[in-house]
Amino acid sequence: MFAVPVGQLEPTLQQATLMNDPRLLLLDPADNVFVAIKTIEAGEILDPAGTRITIEKSITLGHKVAARPLRRGEKILKYRAPIGSATRDIAAGEHVHLHNMQSDYLPTYTLDAGQTYASRHDHH
Amino acid sequence: MTITDHAFVRADGRKGIRNTLVVAYLVECAHHVAREIAWPFRERGVHLIGFGGCFPNDYAARMMRALCTHPNVGGALLVSLGCESFDRGGLRETIRASGRPLETLVIQQVGGTRKTIEAGRRAVEQMLAKLEAVPRAPMRVEEFITGTICGGSDATSGITANPGIGRAFDLLVAQNARCIFEETGELIGCEEIMAARAATPELAGILRASVEKAARYYTVLGHGSFAPGNAEGGLTTQEEKSMGAYSKSGTAPISGLIKPGDVPPRGGLYLLDVVPDGEVRFGFPNINDNAEIAELIACGSHLILFSTGRGSVVGSAISPVIKVCANPETYRRMGDDMDVDAGRILEGRGTLDEVGREILELSFAVARGEATKSESLGHQEFVLTYKSFEPIGPACLPATVAA
Repeated sequence: MFAVPVGQLEPTLQQATLMNDPRLLLLDPADNVFVAIKTIEAGEILDPAGTRITIEKSITLGHKVAARPLRRGEKILKYRAPIGSATRDIAAGEHVHLHNMQSDYLPTYTLDAGQTYASRHDHH
Repeated sequence: MTITDHAFVRADGRKGIRNTLVVAYLVECAHHVAREIAWPFRERGVHLIGFGGCFPNDYAARMMRALCTHPNVGGALLVSLGCESFDRGGLRETIRASGRPLETLVIQQVGGTRKTIEAGRRAVEQMLAKLEAVPRAPMRVEEFITGTICGGSDATSGITANPGIGRAFDLLVAQNARCIFEETGELIGCEEIMAARAATPELAGILRASVEKAARYYTVLGHGSFAPGNAEGGLTTQEEKSMGAYSKSGTAPISGLIKPGDVPPRGGLYLLDVVPDGEVRFGFPNINDNAEIAELIACGSHLILFSTGRGSVVGSAISPVIKVCANPETYRRMGDDMDVDAGRILEGRGTLDEVGREILELSFAVARGEATKSESLGHQEFVLTYKSFEPIGPACLPATVAA
């Protein structure tokens, strides 16, 4: 009914096969992680990029799964935005979380003892 | 592209998708009388707005001027007690200069509650007749302004409704419509990501500073937990957590930063800075969702896209609110209040692109007159409190807009 440019919103061919997994959601075609929209139980198999991965611990709604192999130091893209970096190589289909990625966001906002605003820079 | 053939044309050339008559109280002491005047007409497009404070406030005065001359508003009846400090004269002048029908009732002069209610209801009848004569004309998508907000969020908001609204924003901006997102307090951690989308380097610095201001403000108030996101819900980093709210903005370049009462000058995506400038005064930046909705509307929003996971029921005075429900279980429980079932993505009954297109097409249908759920249910929430802002500078609205 309306002329809308939808092309840029469609997933790439490489990612299209993974989109068929109803347990996984790709928020943006540029992303390199999926979001689990159903619980994936331990022992279930994910098959992204032709790499069969057996899930060791269950992955629940909202958690991330690598859409392709990721190298250490590579930006994790979700919503087409870098939300942090891989802290080690990550296989396609692997759970992506605190154990293998970290924030690139430097400032941490804290309340000091006097309840005044403080900004500091540190890495975790 | 024309989105409706029957927009309401105001004397200043702006076009509205509703033809609302506002009854506006200028101090809490006039609230009851104004409500009594408006109540019998609540299903005939008469909405109640107002400012409760007795002490003067430039922000509130500016908000009232912007709201009473909003394109969705055809006329205004002001209800004053008589001794409040509100700049009644300035508001009257602005409304009169806009060419809108205007009536003012001062309770102390008219002779009290009963007489003012009677006089007010007579005035409303006469003004509604005048509003029927407002000329109609086609409205192009370039003239259409949409605001977005999230409220009552849960773990599903950031993966269904918010990015679905972002898809709709991308489609709107691609057609040169004007889109507004807000709540800098929820953008802490993604200021660099946001700054990378700014139309100019100067604007990038302004966007960063607006988030820093929000962080400072909420920290002084002792609220707003900016701790790393909830890891149990799958959020690993602060920037990821903020991206969930930020995803409502889609992926278009950011054309400018505005403050409450500023209308985006041309097509594009704009950040509305809702956090007051200067020292922390007057308490929380926004005491609830409807205070933010009023600000989006004061920036000219014809329509509000409201994302909710747990299930908010609110609507608004002046501009229709489309509720985009993120959680399929909430939708099943509260479907009467929800316009879009974005949570169906989680059950394999749709994609983000489909939800985005549905939001876009529903927006245009509402622009053509279709009632939203909250409109049908009579929701007309309105809140306006004290704030203070410095005016925006020219660097906030760079003329160069990326195509």
